[in-house]
Amino acid sequence: MKNKKNNWLSRAFALLLPLLLLAGTALAQATTTADQPEMADALRASGKIYVVVLVIVIIISGLLLYLVRLDRKVSRLEREVEGR
Amino acid sequence: MKWWKYLTIVLLLYTAVMGLLGHVPRLAILNETERNLYFHVPMWFGMTIILLASVVNSIRYLRDPSPRLDILAHESAKTGIMLGVLGLLTGSLWARYTWGTWWTTDVKLNGAAVTMLIYLAYLVLRGAVQDEQQRARLSAIYNIFAFAAAIPLLFIMPRLASASLHPGMGGNPGFSKYDLDSAMRLVFYPAVIGWTLLGVWITEVACRFAFVKEKIYEKQEKQLA
Repeated sequence: MKNKKNNWLSRAFALLLPLLLLAGTALAQATTTADQPEMADALRASGKIYVVVLVIVIIISGLLLYLVRLDRKVSRLEREVEGR
Repeated sequence: MKWWKYLTIVLLLYTAVMGLLGHVPRLAILNETERNLYFHVPMWFGMTIILLASVVNSIRYLRDPSPRLDILAHESAKTGIMLGVLGLLTGSLWARYTWGTWWTTDVKLNGAAVTMLIYLAYLVLRGAVQDEQQRARLSAIYNIFAFAAAIPLLFIMPRLASASLHPGMGGNPGFSKYDLDSAMRLVFYPAVIGWTLLGVWITEVACRFAFVKEKIYEKQEKQLA
């Protein structure tokens, strides 16, 4: 009976061990970013990166809107010339 | 509006957001500038595809001349040149902050610069000929020469070179299959399609405008006659 219980425990531990190891390596990675190539981590941490994203999204949207309007104007011109 | 224009809008906005927020591997020297992959490289993809469309229309023109094909070839070449110039400018800026110089005598860089000069000469040639049919025929022939020169300059000679700073060349680790990771591919391929489609879109609008102009001139000539 005791032996059986031990067996169950060791199996559970054997299953958990890889997970613990994975978590350990993940934590180790998180703590050693200082040794790795420098990235804009501060920009991301402060959330200011979203300002840059929004600025670029606004510029691309504006340019695309301009192109859509040009496209429509040419379409109108096409209809006018064809119609006459 | 056609479906692919909506696709262009979606892909470009996706590129802008994921290009800045998506995961990129931590690489020395490049650091965050590797995100330029989503903006600088698609310029060259787009340029090549649109210049291919241009030369195809030039060949079609020579087989069966029509003003329509001349316009298609000319407007495509103009968009291609614009994308190429943007590629050169962004590449030069990127080089300044990773290689430490605006320009270096590298096969890839010089090949790209010579290609742009060859294509600028295409525009000069068009501007120099008054007669419409002569202009169309001459520039169609020149366009074939230009494309035939561009392919070795951009894609063959750099690969033959033993050493180059630019990624993808002989012995140089860059954004090759080894370190362009799967997360970057998820942004890079949509970016290439998106920017190329934008070039196609601009070309399409420019061509349609030129067609309408052609039609109005034709009508005016008929009225005068």
